Amino acid sequence: MQQDRIRNFAIIAHIDHGKSTLADRILELTGAVSERDMREQLLDSMELERERGITIKAQAVRVSWKGHQLNLIDTPGHVDFTYEVSRSLQACEGALLVVDAAQGIEAQTLANAYLAIDGGLEIVPAANKIDLPQADPDGAAKELGDLLGEEPDRVLRISAKTGVGVDEVLDAIVERIPPPGGDPDAPARALVFDSSYDQYRGVVAFVRVVDGTFSTREPLRAMAQGTEFDAEEIGVMSPARTPIDSLSAGEVGYVITGLKDVSRLRVGDTLTSRRRPADGPLPGYQDVKPMVFAGIFPTDSDDYPELRDALERLKLNDASLSYEPETSQALGFGFRCGFLGLLHMEIVRERLEREFDLDLLITAPNVAYRATTRTGEEVEVHNPAEMPRELEQVEEPYVKASVIVPKDYVGAVMELANERRGTFDHMEYLSEGRVLLLYELPLGEIVLDFYDQLKSRTRGYASFDYDLAGFKPGDLTRVDILVAGEQVDALSLIIHRDFAYDRGRQLVERLREEIPRQMIDVPVQAAIGSRVIARETIKARRKDVLAKCYGGDITRKRKLLEKQKKGKKRMKQVGSVEVPQEAFLAVLNLDSERKRT
Amino acid sequence: MSGVRHLYVHLPFCAHRCGYCDFVTVVGREGQHAAYVDAVLAELEHERGVLAPDVETVFLGGGTPTFTEPSELARLLSVLPAADEVTVEANPETVTPELAELLRASGVSRISLGAQSFQPALLEVLERRASPTAIRRGVHTLRGVGFDNISLDLVYGIPGQNAADLDSDLAEALALEPEHLSCYELEAKPGTRFTHAHGEELSRQADAMEGYFEQVVDRLTAAGYRWYETANFARVGERELRARHNLGYWLGRDYLGLGIGAVSTVDGERRRNLPSLSRYVAALSRGGKPPREVEPIDPATAARERLLLGLRLDGPVVLADVEGAVDREAMGRLAGMGLVELTANGRGEELRLTRRGRFLGGGVTAELLA
Repeated sequence: MQQDRIRNFAIIAHIDHGKSTLADRILELTGAVSERDMREQLLDSMELERERGITIKAQAVRVSWKGHQLNLIDTPGHVDFTYEVSRSLQACEGALLVVDAAQGIEAQTLANAYLAIDGGLEIVPAANKIDLPQADPDGAAKELGDLLGEEPDRVLRISAKTGVGVDEVLDAIVERIPPPGGDPDAPARALVFDSSYDQYRGVVAFVRVVDGTFSTREPLRAMAQGTEFDAEEIGVMSPARTPIDSLSAGEVGYVITGLKDVSRLRVGDTLTSRRRPADGPLPGYQDVKPMVFAGIFPTDSDDYPELRDALERLKLNDASLSYEPETSQALGFGFRCGFLGLLHMEIVRERLEREFDLDLLITAPNVAYRATTRTGEEVEVHNPAEMPRELEQVEEPYVKASVIVPKDYVGAVMELANERRGTFDHMEYLSEGRVLLLYELPLGEIVLDFYDQLKSRTRGYASFDYDLAGFKPGDLTRVDILVAGEQVDALSLIIHRDFAYDRGRQLVERLREEIPRQMIDVPVQAAIGSRVIARETIKARRKDVLAKCYGGDITRKRKLLEKQKKGKKRMKQVGSVEVPQEAFLAVLNLDSERKRT
Repeated sequence: MSGVRHLYVHLPFCAHRCGYCDFVTVVGREGQHAAYVDAVLAELEHERGVLAPDVETVFLGGGTPTFTEPSELARLLSVLPAADEVTVEANPETVTPELAELLRASGVSRISLGAQSFQPALLEVLERRASPTAIRRGVHTLRGVGFDNISLDLVYGIPGQNAADLDSDLAEALALEPEHLSCYELEAKPGTRFTHAHGEELSRQADAMEGYFEQVVDRLTAAGYRWYETANFARVGERELRARHNLGYWLGRDYLGLGIGAVSTVDGERRRNLPSLSRYVAALSRGGKPPREVEPIDPATAARERLLLGLRLDGPVVLADVEGAVDREAMGRLAGMGLVELTANGRGEELRLTRRGRFLGGGVTAELLA
């Protein structure tokens, strides 16, 4: 296919604004999928995606429209997946920006639009869901026009659900989005913008060819990592994998690498031919740094190897996931995982549980800290238990948060932001009734339940997005929890000094409730350094004995004690105290944390 | 080679099933006492071979053994082997002068009397039929015919009972100068009528009840009784007044049990007769063996049982006797917490629970088990 007849585009939108439905309709209209085979949200192949109605993994599909080859790269719509969006956008020359005409611009619409604009993409705006009775296509078109500096007339009015206006969308893609550049005769280079793992065929790379041509059987090299392999199969998604002989400059498709080790081909790397290698790689993707960390532990310690394998597999599909082994006295062997945000963490957890059938505990998350010790050493801390005690300064990550909300809820949002150490930046009216509020907030204050709180205090009307805005020093302190005088590593936390006493007290009280009484008194303390800030005592049991035991009772009594002993083996030894894992789970579990707040 | 020296006979008949009871009991069917005794004697004949020539103890438990038709009770006692200690459980309201004479004349040497409480309101909660007066009268009647080894059963932790109530129960019991006392915390077994009716009240008073055990031990030891087993107390004096039959269980000896629901441990095997009266009688009247479950007790299991039973006693457990059953590391930890004591003498290492350890005996034992 000639390059000038190729269009590569993505669809970007706020969650639930109809991106996946539009993708489905495009597949139908271009005949890529017969109506009979049409399945709601066909591109969202993961069970979880269909269930949650959101797109997590980007996908690339080739369709034909009026003599043109259109490559549609679907993208996730959530704040956590900015990285995936930006990866997808790098493979495109244009983007369809979809807005729900009944809702107008939302926080993620802005975030994604800015990403596309920054990437130099041509943006085709569309007001979707015009079939809804409450839709306001003109209002949405005006907001979009203002955002992009375009005439509202240029905004398409469509209904992905009914199909109205979808052919105009395809025409606009062909007319407004430029064809890909790149030199078809230069040494071959392709950007790996996504990958997946096929149980039988190994790593499958999704690529955008920038220069030259790639053919089946071609010996390839991943330029950054140096990994070498042969292209076992080259093809396009239409939407199922369809092998073709070659992919040329401007085209999008897949390469089956046969690599069995997922770590050997990273997303963002550049593929070239070993026969005629390119001089240098394409500009790679920025290396995203996870900012939210949590421990993931198998509830049954025997599942540790399965968890390790599962994370390894997930990592292939999800370059932004990071993990390293962690050993916790309270929870045993697990991993400290880094996530882009909370939804990302939830999705990883759910995928681990569903796709790999693992039963997991995920601890309440914390952010990355930069600590400077008294000796001037700088360390990045991902786990509160590793925070040095002798500190000169601690820096925590901040975000620029944007909240779009009906004007009646501005007060509620401000109140929440203030409780969370937010600094007001500015406020602007997007339309008569809708306000954009910008705040600077410590990321640590939003990781746990900020979004839930925001939704509940604004009756679900608020939309929220954030961008990382660097590190700033804060009056942060490390609080340790001691059971029977022994520090419990998994319970250490880093918190602003103003909140340390309350949080310490809460934790100590919850532990007192959760840890069963022991054979001796057990003090439970919260401490900053050597200073105890809260203390509770779990009083010793005074009696624990079965009243009678005669000839007929012996078997039952023995079994009871053996069962009790088995139960104790599952307990965690903290000094001379045996604490059932459940007690730690109750305190550490993310879900119970959320319920608490 | 057997030589069982402890014989238990279960007499399941009762006038009424008390709400908290989870023993194998039979209410009504008065016409079947004779048939049941026949069946028990038939079972005895089957098992005669396992009994040692000199049986040390015989224990008639129930049910309410003294509710059994007196002539049948007498017939049973006349056929059972003679023993150094023959105990019969009795409910106070069944103890008439005639019955007392009968028991005495039949060679019974020890009576275990189910008093439970001396307060009418609490007896009512327990659905006991004897009044406090009847309990006292029962003891005097037994004394009158010459019984000099009487044990009283008390129950504490009765819904509605407070510490002062318990104190007065203990005082009333001590006033009767029993040779032996068994004091049990009321166990509300799941599924019983009692738990259904009083479960919530029991969990409400759970905290207060924690102190009752200690109160019982303090009071009875102060009154000159030896706390020789978790729930059992014997008067200290020139005579050995501990329950020798039950000591057999606690020392891990073999025992033979006859009757429905009765359990035997003989030669590495535990047998539990099934609880059905009609099936039991039918099987034995046909000349067969009673329907029963059999559980093998291998040497390791036997050692664990010796440990858990032995630790209920105030004497030490010789570690060599429970080889492999003890988690040494746990033992060290528990010693550090002041719950167990390890000593060494001519018999080797000996393990015993400290006073506090005995109050926490269940948890301590669970931890000690390897």
